[in-house]
Amino acid sequence: MTSTTEKQARAMSPTGGGLELQDVCLTLGDGDSTVAALDHVNLKVEPGELLAVVGPSGAGKSSLLAVAGALTKPTSGSVRVDGTDVSALSPSRQAALRRGRIGFVFQTGNLLPALTAMDQLRFALHVAGMRRTAPRDPGTLLEQVGMSHKANRKPHELSGGERQRVGIARALVTAPAVLLVDEPTAALDRVRSHEVVQLLADETHEFGVATVMVTHDHDVLEHCDRTVRMEDGRLIA
Amino acid sequence: MFLAWRELSFARSRFGLMGGVVALVAVLVVLLSGLSSGLVNDGVSGLKKLPVTAFAFDESTSVDSAFSRSTVDRDQLDQWSERDGVAEAALFGNQLVNAEGEGGEAVDLALFGVEPESFLAPTDASLLEGDLLGAPDGIVVSETVTELGLGVGDVVTLDRLETELTIVGILDGQHTFGHVDVAYVPLTTWQEIHAGAPAGTEVRPEAYDEATAVALLAADGAELDAAAGDDAAGTMTVSLDDSFDGSPGYAAETLTLDLIQVFLFAISALVVGAFFTVWTIQRKHEIAVARAMGASTGYLIRDALGQAAVVLVVSTFVGVAGGVAFGALLSSTPMPFALEAGPLAVASTLLVVLGLVGAAVSVGRIARVDPLTALGGQR
Repeated sequence: MTSTTEKQARAMSPTGGGLELQDVCLTLGDGDSTVAALDHVNLKVEPGELLAVVGPSGAGKSSLLAVAGALTKPTSGSVRVDGTDVSALSPSRQAALRRGRIGFVFQTGNLLPALTAMDQLRFALHVAGMRRTAPRDPGTLLEQVGMSHKANRKPHELSGGERQRVGIARALVTAPAVLLVDEPTAALDRVRSHEVVQLLADETHEFGVATVMVTHDHDVLEHCDRTVRMEDGRLIA
Repeated sequence: MFLAWRELSFARSRFGLMGGVVALVAVLVVLLSGLSSGLVNDGVSGLKKLPVTAFAFDESTSVDSAFSRSTVDRDQLDQWSERDGVAEAALFGNQLVNAEGEGGEAVDLALFGVEPESFLAPTDASLLEGDLLGAPDGIVVSETVTELGLGVGDVVTLDRLETELTIVGILDGQHTFGHVDVAYVPLTTWQEIHAGAPAGTEVRPEAYDEATAVALLAADGAELDAAAGDDAAGTMTVSLDDSFDGSPGYAAETLTLDLIQVFLFAISALVVGAFFTVWTIQRKHEIAVARAMGASTGYLIRDALGQAAVVLVVSTFVGVAGGVAFGALLSSTPMPFALEAGPLAVASTLLVVLGLVGAAVSVGRIARVDPLTALGGQR
């Protein structure tokens, strides 16, 4: 595909923001033992929408996040984040896009152990080169996720639920267009799980971010706007 | 450096341990550097203070034994004196002797035989007290001789020959050769001693034409044409610095100490490299998270190298300060120990730079961390 046709495709795309996967395939492995981790996936998540992706282990949920988050290049198809086709970008441009337009929330929060809750947010701004032009105030954001009273605590001083709250605030502080959430309740009890997913839903709606949450936890689906199911790399609406 | 500073404080005990190793290595490096400089002073400070560009030894000698084996004569001196670019040339005699003070105490001396009116002889500027060379039995000695309790007017008697020499002057500062105090003696007297003539006996007449080497001083801005001069005079010319190897034990001592220092630099670099290898592996998951958040490889490597630089500079500084303090205690002992700013600065810089090289090799693996590993179940 030449760059001219790429530009035309982008210009013709009706999407303004959010996340859009068009006919995305991802083949993993080599030689004889290839696996179709993603099999002609089409998906559109609007700004302000919380989409839950459920399915058995190995169904391709993580691959979906990796491709949507510009961590892995799809074998074919296009991935648009906020209107930009990320599948065509170089690794360094992909990193730049992740810094500015994509937020990740990991399984156990995956906070950096040396940083306080407040510094986790400031580190995200630092990495994104937004120290002086922070789109969102880290203090306000911590307050919003109910963590301002523990802003100076390090991860080992926080509970699992608290870590996830900080993780969500960290993902949102750079004002991303797309929020990708990987099993946020894997290490939490029922009550905390509901609280965290409710928080995700609230923030998604308030900030108008397109959120994809991969989960095993069917209990929390009630908080989501839409649920899709994945099996063998295919989406079943 | 946002993450680097906070990690330094968070993992301060780990960084402290590694910094402690570097600091101890720095202490050792300082002590060795001081010992090295001290031994160099002990070995060749007498030569260093001579106003000499080069020595012309007899052509049949080798450098490492030149000061004890070489013999030149006045003809060779005359050949050299006539050459272009030679400002001064004079006979120089060198011999190590054992002597006794008046109280029977042992005094080892390196006799520098010079003609009192030549450019080699001590001058008023170099004299601490007493007189210059003049009387046939008058010697001018290194200040370090006074540590033996000797002073102006004292007589030393050479073993076996029974030649009596009187101290007439004391030089300012340390003048030693081969760990032995230097005594300037008139060339004629030196020639009698060198010929092995006991006091008061006849010496074969040729002896009065002989010395160890022709000392040469190049004219300002001129280069000695050593090859041509050697051809004409039948000598082997060695620059002053190269002649240090002729001082007993000099080459072996400096080589050993230099080798130990080289090993210390290598050990320090390896310790730092090993630490940052383990540290980077420990942080692999955090690095993956940071990369998933969009941190570039350059950003993360700059952060890690900055961190290494902070640890290295701080621990090297602490170690050097400790070594200098410890060295100050040593300088009051008989141990040959001298701290010099130049070698110390070079050694500290090498510690930091080589440590950074070690760290750079290991933090390179940051580039190979796949941000994809931040997804999925970890820990």
